[in-house]
Amino acid sequence: MKQHICTSINGEVTEFLCDTSETLLRVLRDNLQLTGTKEGCGSGDCGACSVMLNDRLVCSCLVLAVEVQNSRVDTIEGMAAGDKLHPLQQSFLEHAALQCGICTPGLLVAAKALLDTNPYPTETEVRFWIAGNLCRCTGYDKIVRAILGAAEKMRNADAGVRS
Amino acid sequence: MSHSAGPTLRSVGTRPIRPDGIDKVTGCAVFGADFNLPDALHGAVLRSPFAHARILSIDISKALALSGVKAVVTASDLPEISGEQALTNDQPPDFRDMSANILARGKVLYDGHAIAAIAAVDEETASRALQLIDVEYEVLPHVIDVQQAMEPDAPVLHENMITQGITPAPERSSNIASRYEQVHGDVELGFSQADIILTEEFTTQPVHQAYIEPHACMARVASDGQTEIWCSSQGQFMVRAYCARLLDMPLSQIRVIPLEIGGGFGGKTTVYLEPLAVLLARRSGRPVKMEMSRADVFRATGPASGSYINMKIGARKDGTLVAAQGILCYQAGAFAGSPVRLGCMTAFAPYDIANVKMIGYDVVANRPKSAAYRAPGAPMAAFAAESLIDMLAQRLAMDPIELRIKNAVRQGARSASGFNFKEIGYLETLEAARVHPHYTAPLGKNQGRGVASGYWFNMGGQSSASITLNEDGTVLVATGNPDIGGSRASMALMAAEVLGIDVGLVRPQIVDTSSIAYSDLTGGSRVTFAVGMAVTQAATEMVAELQRRAATVWNVPVEQVLWRDGCAVANIEGNNERLSLSALAARAGKTGGPVAAHVSLDAQGAGPGFGTHICDVEVDPDTGRVTVLRYTAVQDVGKAVHPSYVEGQLQGGAAQGIGWALNEAYLYDENGAQLNPGFLDYRIPVASDLPMIDTVLVEVPNPRHPFGVRGVGEVPIIPPLGAVANAVSRASGARHVDLPMCPPAVLKAMQRAARKSR
Repeated sequence: MKQHICTSINGEVTEFLCDTSETLLRVLRDNLQLTGTKEGCGSGDCGACSVMLNDRLVCSCLVLAVEVQNSRVDTIEGMAAGDKLHPLQQSFLEHAALQCGICTPGLLVAAKALLDTNPYPTETEVRFWIAGNLCRCTGYDKIVRAILGAAEKMRNADAGVRS
Repeated sequence: MSHSAGPTLRSVGTRPIRPDGIDKVTGCAVFGADFNLPDALHGAVLRSPFAHARILSIDISKALALSGVKAVVTASDLPEISGEQALTNDQPPDFRDMSANILARGKVLYDGHAIAAIAAVDEETASRALQLIDVEYEVLPHVIDVQQAMEPDAPVLHENMITQGITPAPERSSNIASRYEQVHGDVELGFSQADIILTEEFTTQPVHQAYIEPHACMARVASDGQTEIWCSSQGQFMVRAYCARLLDMPLSQIRVIPLEIGGGFGGKTTVYLEPLAVLLARRSGRPVKMEMSRADVFRATGPASGSYINMKIGARKDGTLVAAQGILCYQAGAFAGSPVRLGCMTAFAPYDIANVKMIGYDVVANRPKSAAYRAPGAPMAAFAAESLIDMLAQRLAMDPIELRIKNAVRQGARSASGFNFKEIGYLETLEAARVHPHYTAPLGKNQGRGVASGYWFNMGGQSSASITLNEDGTVLVATGNPDIGGSRASMALMAAEVLGIDVGLVRPQIVDTSSIAYSDLTGGSRVTFAVGMAVTQAATEMVAELQRRAATVWNVPVEQVLWRDGCAVANIEGNNERLSLSALAARAGKTGGPVAAHVSLDAQGAGPGFGTHICDVEVDPDTGRVTVLRYTAVQDVGKAVHPSYVEGQLQGGAAQGIGWALNEAYLYDENGAQLNPGFLDYRIPVASDLPMIDTVLVEVPNPRHPFGVRGVGEVPIIPPLGAVANAVSRASGARHVDLPMCPPAVLKAMQRAARKSR
């Protein structure tokens, strides 16, 4: 029997029906057409399906859809504020931190999770934090630089607001 | 026409944000699995659990009877392709093999080989139906390893496989599909002149391209047979041509709509799912969507060939190479067609050696059919050659870059595969590597530095581009080649350069097979060079047309009209007249109608590419674990159109090569079933495995491209295997000849070397 789930996705109250065996990734992509979250492996090894669940970074392929009842889910589709890109998104573009782009949404979600808790990450911290997000195109160099660059810009912007 | 690759360029060589960037950072870009149609069925594939077995019978009746199942197909639903029809103009691919690869015919040849495909209303029904297909097998002995597959008593995959390239032809069938020989000079004579001869055996494992996006497609077939396919691939025209051949359909009946491609690296230069989706859609009357799981990708697609290589070089005491010889055995997978020939041609291409003899064997084994992977065939051959060059440098106590400079091919030199090099920049990469601060930085304990070079032909080929001037002066550039790593940006930059306008006014589009003339696929490092040439010529034609339009407006001979900075200019009766692109666009309706240009060409003159990499590693003497400390990739790129994406190619290729060298390998159980078809156990490099990868873009222009472009995508995966191995060998004091250099293997080699030296 299908389950009726009510949750918040990117700040919007969202309802959907799903089987108990369906993953959050399936529901996001197939039921809700939020295809920005990608499936690269289905086993939690590549990070392409990264989303935030109640402010925690998760692989949505490892979360059952029924688990998100009364929760808060944030996906790549909610990262920009209207037509204003998040500094990370802007930084990825400016640093050419993507080639094919399939891992990009997952990496952005993961990187945002890092910067939300650690505004001053070192290169090593960035590398270990995103070690769960596979990219086969870039060798990670420009991705790491983009994340470090965004962190700096966000810190400067914060300092600007405070001063 | 020729544009000098100098400081006068205003767009080419700059780093604008890529035109498809916003879509890709916001999740809007539509990749292979992201496209949906209402009413689409879910397609699934039944795969062999055996490495080698005869299919005695397939009973689909129970599966068909399951409620929700709309179609089931097996090999008997594919048109039979005879031996005579298999090739096109004697050129690969072999469509009979391709057909038998997408659905097994008579025998299954590897674990994961597709046997049947099914379309059902949902995923759950489809997977239940798969279990209801009854296949009766006669399991046969199998062979996985390339050397074992060459043994006379090895299980034979194809009963009719008689080795080609041997006279007289062998009487018995074997797993050796063909023998290739390439000779120039006289190696016997060459080795007799050598003061030092070094011989070594090398092995490399098959490695997967490991694009993060699994294969996916959607097909819809109308009742009159008109077929649409949405998929991610390295060539929409390739998908159209292959589907037409495999399904015996006219090209005009198929339209392939390219979706964004989530990595390919050569692995998406063929079809697996698309013909099955078309068959199922045709049979069911509904659209069918198919997606591979990651396990499917590992079990049934790719990889690059594994290899066994026996190689020998001879040199004089001063380091001059006088002879080289190699026997290369490449594992093709279940069907013939490894790139062993390309390995033979590229291994010693960087060196001016008078006598070279290379013999290649293309060998089948019970593994997935190998597919192109970035510079197909070259990395493993270069690993062997560059290891030997390093061993020679050690023997002579010579600097490894000096030794390479001494022997480097220069303009006019004859390549190891027989042709003469024109303008090349190999020497320049060696000089740049030598003066790079990395090369002289101090090393610590258990650390070593390795150097290696690589060569790739680079390709041109058939390419098409259409340019359209919009009414407001913006420009559309349409091409038929999927953008894997930023080629839209390159196309826009080249068009903007010729038109003399801001790149932001140019919108590049990748269009479907019914919207533009044919283009060869995206591969061989050809798009920026060859499609770029088509774009440049189309833009040039548009400029000529705009000059004619301006001449009409001013009522002067066209010869009087020049094109400068995006404007038609003319000096008319002492006055400097000027009409901008947008002004001309606005008047197009009154000066002859819409302005557009289309160019289709067969681009010749791809400039060869050379790269030299430097790698520092540290080897843990207790565990054999290798850490890459520093990495620098130097490459002659001709002219970097968008330098950031050129650097990205170098960095990505280097990372893939590091994975090939240190980590990646398939594991099989005793029954020939793959043990690690997932990213947990088939471990590609992750961010914490790698340092920053420094790049040096050397620009020796290719005179046969308007902006001097050479292809850049393939070369960077060639040097890393040797560079890492040479670094590990120097750090550990033991020569490493088998890849991957995983910790147990490194430890073993170190222990063996220690025993020997005692």
